[in-house]
Amino acid sequence: MNNGPLHGLRITEFTSAWAGPYATCLLGFLGAEVIKVESQRRIDHSRLIAFTMAKVFSSFNKSSVFDSLNLNKKSVTLNLSKPGAVEIAKKLAAESDVVVENMRPGVMPRLGLGYEVLSEIKKDLIYLSSSACGQIGPDRQFIGYAPNFASIGGLSHDTGYPDWLPSNLMGFIDLKSATTAAYAILMALIHRQKSGEGQYVDLASQETVAILNSDMLLDYIMNDRVKERHGNRDEIMAPHNCYPCQGEDHWISIAVSSDEEWQSVCQAMYKPELAEDERFADMYNRWCNQEIMDEIIGQWTAEQEDYDVMETLQKVGVAAAPSLSSERLCTDPHLQEREAFRLVKHPVIGDNWVVAPPWRLSETPAAINRHSPLLGEHNDDVLNGLLGIPKAEIKKLEAEEVIF
Amino acid sequence: MATGLQQTRGLILKLTISYRFDRFGITPYYKLTSIFYRHNGFVKVFREEYMEQSALGGMKVVEFCSRIGGAYCTKLMADMGAEVIKVEPPAKGDDARRRGPFQGDIPHPEKSGHFLFLNSNKLGITLNPSKPAGSEIFISLIKDADILVEDTPPGMLEKMGLGYETLHEINPGLIMTSITAFGRSGPYKDYKAAHLNISHVSGQGYLLPIPAPDINRPPVMPGGNKGGYDIGITALVAVLAAYYQKGISGKGQLLEISRQEALMGMQRIEAASFRNSNIKLDRSPELHRRRIGGVIACKDGYITLIFPQESQWVSLLKMMGNPEWSREPYCENSAAREEHAEKINEKIAAFMKDYTRREIVELGQSFSIPFSPVNTAKDIVESEQFNEVGFFKTITHPVMGEIKFPTAPYRFSKTPWSAKKAAPLLGEHNVEIYCGRLKYDKEDLIRLRQSDII
Repeated sequence: MNNGPLHGLRITEFTSAWAGPYATCLLGFLGAEVIKVESQRRIDHSRLIAFTMAKVFSSFNKSSVFDSLNLNKKSVTLNLSKPGAVEIAKKLAAESDVVVENMRPGVMPRLGLGYEVLSEIKKDLIYLSSSACGQIGPDRQFIGYAPNFASIGGLSHDTGYPDWLPSNLMGFIDLKSATTAAYAILMALIHRQKSGEGQYVDLASQETVAILNSDMLLDYIMNDRVKERHGNRDEIMAPHNCYPCQGEDHWISIAVSSDEEWQSVCQAMYKPELAEDERFADMYNRWCNQEIMDEIIGQWTAEQEDYDVMETLQKVGVAAAPSLSSERLCTDPHLQEREAFRLVKHPVIGDNWVVAPPWRLSETPAAINRHSPLLGEHNDDVLNGLLGIPKAEIKKLEAEEVIF
Repeated sequence: MATGLQQTRGLILKLTISYRFDRFGITPYYKLTSIFYRHNGFVKVFREEYMEQSALGGMKVVEFCSRIGGAYCTKLMADMGAEVIKVEPPAKGDDARRRGPFQGDIPHPEKSGHFLFLNSNKLGITLNPSKPAGSEIFISLIKDADILVEDTPPGMLEKMGLGYETLHEINPGLIMTSITAFGRSGPYKDYKAAHLNISHVSGQGYLLPIPAPDINRPPVMPGGNKGGYDIGITALVAVLAAYYQKGISGKGQLLEISRQEALMGMQRIEAASFRNSNIKLDRSPELHRRRIGGVIACKDGYITLIFPQESQWVSLLKMMGNPEWSREPYCENSAAREEHAEKINEKIAAFMKDYTRREIVELGQSFSIPFSPVNTAKDIVESEQFNEVGFFKTITHPVMGEIKFPTAPYRFSKTPWSAKKAAPLLGEHNVEIYCGRLKYDKEDLIRLRQSDII
């Protein structure tokens, strides 16, 4: 039982991959009941492959990636190429507050499940379509995955070294789109709470990335400037970089935001002569001479463990933290104490560690109540329990591959 | 055309894009929402009765933040109709006013594009709540607020007598949202962190750039300050959910957001990869040489190509005219192709070098292969797609004038994005809030100003 703030709301989703499923997963953490409509015929491919990790899963119910993105949900298998399945999907929509889909633009209307049809059945329905480019415009039929959104949205161009290629970004790009979809749905729900009115939301994943680039967009709009990649550098602060430490591929990030902090860094390094050095006397000079400074700091950090540098510098009020790999995130003492990872017991996978919901709510906490659903696990529960389809009928529909 | 403002005979007409849903699909159309006119150089409202309703109308928010996350979180609410009062330090104002880009490259507190973007549609007041008279004013602001978003270090508000317990007692319906670097508990809770540090300690930076030319060069943060925005949107999900709940129960609560955990949440698959699968993800070039596609150079820049499905590989070959080399054993199946990804990527690059980004993307997409251009800011601002969907609109700022402005990554059919006003000037709404609402008289205002409280 999840008593989160969205307890009592029901969402039906027709989504696959990462961006769509994680949007409703976030709302599920907060207490909404999420029913995932899927089918062996049109499988959510994160049940089978994890492109980010170059990993293939041998059956529908073995994917740790799918599990992490579909926690708390129910699964119903409807083969939407059959009219009978479409009729059941309509009944589900009639019982839902929100419908979310991320098929290619035009597919849902073609299936008979577009906003126009479903909002006739459920007058105050909120319906969000998440697609690569949106439902309108010359590129609307273009398909894309996370690396495409990142490159269209401008994030690939400005992530990386100035003397190297743009970055080919993956996972977290989809989750930006997902988080945007989640709050957009909540805005529409709040409007409905006040007015009784539902609505349609057209979300474009490539724009969810581009909007975060607004500083660069405005720089071009106002000053005709195109910014290039700049590694870890900041426009104002220096030092502002990652420095090598003891251990394989261990790095400490250090950001100095004032003259006082620079003085503290010099003291911590036992290099009082640097505190007097005119080349580093103020932010402007430090910025201009940051390569020299980076080398000096790098020599100091290279002798030490990253966590020790963090402690030394934090003690004197300087922002420093290690660059953590997945291996070291799970042993980080702070994240452990805050229980930032949670263990989910999955009937097929066994133990699966997932990242906890990213917020703490004092009165209506977010929660992980159960593992992701096995394919079709809730066919009886939803189709019989919620929609009242007799069990014998369900058996028949299964045989006809309507429920499939 | 997606311009928000159309000028006709000295009148400025504000149009809002909406969509009609019918059996033919979705048709965009414009609605007249308000009429303005110019008088002595100022834009005045002539008629605003066409205003659309807003999704968050009636919601009252107070923002006391100095970082991107909190400011972006409340900006998104303001853009959808919430009343957001931004509290800035007197005299110097928000740090964002000192960050570029600046219009005409002239650093000026009212000319920062960064501040302009983060604070559209907000009201701006100046206040120093660390002084007793200031904290009293802060409390009177909180009295009828639904939401407070603040990003001070743990314990700082308590010191000012403005901790959650106090504020909750004054206003039990308050949703207090506290955004901190590492949360309000745990061994690092008092540690400082710039955005650089959070990008790295959340696991995001370690994997970048992808691919790296050399593992011995330092990992990097995502470009710009984008993770700051990610923290804002993560917080917003909980804020809006708590507000929805308040609509049912009338009760407020405390929301705690750790910037580290917010970014780690967006890395949830990568972050758990070692613990679950013993997979050590890194930015090593070796790993990426074994992957087909990625970022590939063409005639006028780079494109990104990814094809997770077998059918897309088949389409790619068809697009390239089923070349001779594709019948070699190393292309036989996906495992063999993975082994020889570097070789195959060279073949693909050789094919693409004579095409522009747009040409190759259109060709690839016509075969249903996910090709996309690597866009710069210029490409996005000039993009036909972005302009046609209404991603940019023109807003008017009292100092910067008319300016093309990025709106939002979604279109709501009934409560569209709208720019009622640009970002506030420093202290622009002091008189309106202090005198109009909190009933201080003008003399009080002068005294408060003289004692550096507002």
